[in-house]
Amino acid sequence: MLALFPLLDRNAYHLDLATGVGIYVILAMGLNVVVGFAGLLNLGYAAFFAIGAYVYALLSLHAHTPFWIGLPISGVVAMGFGFVIGLPAIRVRGDYLAITTLGFGEIVRIAFNNLSAWTGGPNGLLGIERPKIWAPTWKGHFGFELISFGVSALPYFYLVLVLIAVIAFFLFRLMDSKFGRALVAIREDELAASCMGIPVVQIKLCAFGISSFIAGLAGCVFAAKQTIVTPDSFDFILSVLILAMVVLGGMGNIWGAALGAVVLGFLPEILREFAAYRMLIFGVLMILVMIFRPQGILGGQLIRRELTRPIKEGS
Amino acid sequence: MSAALNLFLNQLLNGLTIGMVYALIALGYTMVYGVIGLINFAHGEVFMVGAYLALTAIWLAASFFPGIPFGLTLLFLILFSMAGASILGALIEKIAYRPLRRSPKLTALITSIGVSFFLQNAVMLIYGSKEQSIPDIVPMTRLKIGAISVSLIQILIFSVSIGLMFFLTWFVKNTKTGKAMRAVSENPEAAQLVGISPNRIIAATFILGSALAAVGGSLFALNYGSINFHDGYLAGLKAFTAAVFGGIGSIPGAMVGGILLGVFEGLGAGYISSEWKDVFAFLLLGAVLLFKPSGIMGNNVSEKV
Repeated sequence: MLALFPLLDRNAYHLDLATGVGIYVILAMGLNVVVGFAGLLNLGYAAFFAIGAYVYALLSLHAHTPFWIGLPISGVVAMGFGFVIGLPAIRVRGDYLAITTLGFGEIVRIAFNNLSAWTGGPNGLLGIERPKIWAPTWKGHFGFELISFGVSALPYFYLVLVLIAVIAFFLFRLMDSKFGRALVAIREDELAASCMGIPVVQIKLCAFGISSFIAGLAGCVFAAKQTIVTPDSFDFILSVLILAMVVLGGMGNIWGAALGAVVLGFLPEILREFAAYRMLIFGVLMILVMIFRPQGILGGQLIRRELTRPIKEGS
Repeated sequence: MSAALNLFLNQLLNGLTIGMVYALIALGYTMVYGVIGLINFAHGEVFMVGAYLALTAIWLAASFFPGIPFGLTLLFLILFSMAGASILGALIEKIAYRPLRRSPKLTALITSIGVSFFLQNAVMLIYGSKEQSIPDIVPMTRLKIGAISVSLIQILIFSVSIGLMFFLTWFVKNTKTGKAMRAVSENPEAAQLVGISPNRIIAATFILGSALAAVGGSLFALNYGSINFHDGYLAGLKAFTAAVFGGIGSIPGAMVGGILLGVFEGLGAGYISSEWKDVFAFLLLGAVLLFKPSGIMGNNVSEKV
């Protein structure tokens, strides 16, 4: 149904906007794995998005790597960083992870800013190659030709749509798997889960890695679409924005996270005349949602119980 | 004296100065964590609001009592900033955190990010998004002690911070409220059984922590001569690092952690690179979590469910 959207609305700006929101949807679904399913907080999610974007940018500029090869590489590199960052914090306690990731987000942004020789410093990297696909052509005879995506948002829209579908499918399958059930068990009661023989640290770390991988993919798509990456596209506000999307839509619900991304993605367009108050409204919204509807718009019953359960004393 | 030693001493001094400010903020993090187990992300913003309140106090003093001695302005700005931040701290606790007293950590943590965002943007809307410069109310005299020169503001920072740290130690150890705070952080239920009202004590902790952060903010603003609405975020983050470094929940830990972090940063900026200054704190945090998660003075804090 969404695939028909470009046919109904031919406004290029709207299509571009929808593609941007689609990237938010990917990010929100990815962050949801950590925040919603594992019950851990990642406040530096933009850093993994940035790593994905810079990895593809560097590969494209120096090695002329095609997008389709850069895409998995971006994801894997982001995942690798996820493991390195997640390990020390997850081992200790959940809320330290929040701070470590926050610090990591800062380090990555500062590093991209300062390592001018490789990253172009504050000016960023430009001239990143757009994706190319083999498309069927007819020039007297039937053949295939390598066609670049070009400047129109249309192919990116479909690319993002396909990615969302693949990631959503993958996440639904994952959550129904042994791994997904282990993750939910840990979130519900870590002690009981570890007593049942679930390797708590490994499972949490895996969730963190999957989440970082998805952010890396989103970063690669973003870099290919914009053809330019700068460090200030990946600030703390972006991390908080994605978190707000997950929280608003419903932690632990795959469609919830996507819905949150759509709502908050389009909100700035709707609130255009209140642009200055936008971030203020986000802050208030986060507080109100946490107090009155901690499970978000589409939060499941399971997470609802978890979020309203009395905190255990003595912690 | 040799130039190398000179550089070392000056960087040490700069580090100690900022370290005092980190320590003042870190105390608020560690006290709130000790009492309700919450990482209060909004605490850095309280520090920033404290700095803006100090600026407001300078404006007020300049327009209502022009020409009063700088000592009085200083006293007024610190008291004004402490009072304003205390009210803010109490309000934050009552409006945002109290309804979530029985919710799990993640809920309160996300709420505190919401509060932090709200405060940052409220300050931006009120004072503007540009950097505000702080009028020089403290004379620029520098004292020469051997090869190092100390500014009057630095002496002020040292004396006020150390004074407040002694006061806090005394307060927590000897007063009724202080003892109740320790009781609540030890065991909230048992504290309630002996007639301590946890809500009152938690509110008192927020007020005390906010007042200390406000003093830190005022001193920071005076020392650097300017303040911006997003200064609280980074300072808060580093102060939290300091609290973890010292051992979260431990008051002397926060003091030592703050000062050491400041020194570490000052020396790092002087000897390695000032561009990477902000990275050192986070590398330190990573190292602490990896090798000694309980911090230098903390109790053993393995994950409890």
